[in-house]
Amino acid sequence: MSAEPTVLAPALPSPPAISLAWRLLRNPVAVASAGVLLVMTLIGLFAPFLGTIDPTAINPAIRNRPPGFERTIRAEDGSATAFRYRMGTDSLGRDVYSRVLYGARVSLAIAVSVAALALAVGLLLGLLAGYIRPLDGPIMRLMDGLMAIPGILLAIAVVSLFRAGLPAVIAAIVVPEIPRVVRLVRSIVLSVREEPYVEAAIMAGTRLPLLMARHILPNTVAPLIVQGTFIAASAILVEAVLSFLGIGIPPEIPSWGNIMAEGRSLFRVYPHTILYPGIFLGLTVLAVNMLGDGLRDTLDPKMAGR
Amino acid sequence: MLGYVLRRLLAAIPVLAIVAVLVFLMLRLTPGDPAAVIAGDNASSEQIAQVRHQLGLDQPLPAQFAIWIGNLARGDLGESFFFKKSIGELILGRIEPTLSLAAATMLIAICVAIPLGVVAAYRHGSWLDRIVMGVSVLGFSVPVFVIGYLMIYVFSITLGWFPVQGYQPLSGGFGGYLHRLVLPSLTLSVVYIALIARMTRASVLEVLTEDYIRTARAKGQVERKILFRHALKNAAVPIVTIVGIGIALLIGGVVVTESVFAIPGLGRLTVDAVLARDYPTIQALILLFSGVYVLINLLIDLTYGLFDPRIRQ
Repeated sequence: MSAEPTVLAPALPSPPAISLAWRLLRNPVAVASAGVLLVMTLIGLFAPFLGTIDPTAINPAIRNRPPGFERTIRAEDGSATAFRYRMGTDSLGRDVYSRVLYGARVSLAIAVSVAALALAVGLLLGLLAGYIRPLDGPIMRLMDGLMAIPGILLAIAVVSLFRAGLPAVIAAIVVPEIPRVVRLVRSIVLSVREEPYVEAAIMAGTRLPLLMARHILPNTVAPLIVQGTFIAASAILVEAVLSFLGIGIPPEIPSWGNIMAEGRSLFRVYPHTILYPGIFLGLTVLAVNMLGDGLRDTLDPKMAGR
Repeated sequence: MLGYVLRRLLAAIPVLAIVAVLVFLMLRLTPGDPAAVIAGDNASSEQIAQVRHQLGLDQPLPAQFAIWIGNLARGDLGESFFFKKSIGELILGRIEPTLSLAAATMLIAICVAIPLGVVAAYRHGSWLDRIVMGVSVLGFSVPVFVIGYLMIYVFSITLGWFPVQGYQPLSGGFGGYLHRLVLPSLTLSVVYIALIARMTRASVLEVLTEDYIRTARAKGQVERKILFRHALKNAAVPIVTIVGIGIALLIGGVVVTESVFAIPGLGRLTVDAVLARDYPTIQALILLFSGVYVLINLLIDLTYGLFDPRIRQ
């Protein structure tokens, strides 16, 4: 948004990672988003120490209590402590606060693993399609076919093929994300392979693996990081949607999607089981998206403010 | 123009063929015996064998594919194992709610998003622009069902303006039909508005720097006409494209929104079929939705010529 003279970048290549981080630090929205994500990650990591109880502990006596409800819990040695259910309890009497905090762990883990898997598979297929001519046609036609199936529907189809469980859900979220990565990588490879330095490397007899690793792969890193953040954001959303539809990860695992799915039937009377995880989820996805926008603007100043 | 139409048509055929192969292989790639899965947990081995024969699963793969495609070509989508009725009938009975929801959503989204995007581009960098952009990122970041429940909570439970859930067919009166359609389509349009408004803004912003805009200003053209006649028309191709690509989002959103608002449409049918592991129905629905998605995008490609005469050649 601010008019920076980025056009006058030095002709000599500066260390890309350092200058990127530096430019990103001057983008207040990106910094704030990174801050939110850091807090969410810390919440996920330190969930057991943040005044939580067992997120899966069912207690039929205190079902559907409003936020702020208090109760004394007797430990095994007979000592009693007052426990405050900050976000109330769900319809099985579980502590929503504990579930939301542990949910950060599950949802973020899904986001990161989906992004990593989609990028890895997409990168491999994209390199193959872009560099090995006979493979280009078959791979790209397959990707066209996958892209013609609306994402959520493809995810639903993949889930329906396997027994419900975390691996099936991760696969279901990964598959629809792959074609876009493949297209991105392929287009980069196709443009880079015409560059003089790549032709020179080929002429000098560089073997294919080294050529890929040293001359082609580095060009894909920056766009893939940006793509990866957007995939992570969409992974959190799709997980929530699949859980909401009742075909996500097993209901006893507290992900934000599962907590909300559990609360849907009694939503009219007890909105807090959807409200709190919804706020956490929305905030996190918003931060990931904003960070992705910031990264994209920094990497490609032409796109800034678009 | 005719050559262009033919080329686009020919390009869509292989994509649909690949989708058909993928959907066909879907059931065959299931780990374990698909006939056993379809027959259910309590089926005897005779019942499983019968299902296998009925689906043609006892024949070689290419033959199975030929039979399946042949049936599809004759409009026979097969039999639903869960609903015990022909899938064609099942789908026909569910089209109206889904079509109404999708059409209403699209109408709302286009009417809201395009003016928003144009104004945001025109007032580039202003608070209005920032609000439009900020809200659109927010629209991308909240799951459809959370938006739906928020709408229900505010407009149905607190204000009592709309019914909480349900659908009324058009044959039951237009007033009630529309009354029940408002909240679901508003819910579903949020993501779509975000998507279209962003693209409109980016596209108009780019066009506004063109020489012909400066020329139009120089000759004293009113700003409103510059924006909507000169800028928007030249920015139309990317906007129309994103409307088409957004259909994928819309279809995903339909599945969720119909579940939130208990609308008996194709989306709800998809979820019910998946929960019941009714594979023939899932296959038919995926094929239908993908076909609609590809065809709409094909039609949209064909409208490019209307906006940009250079494409007509």
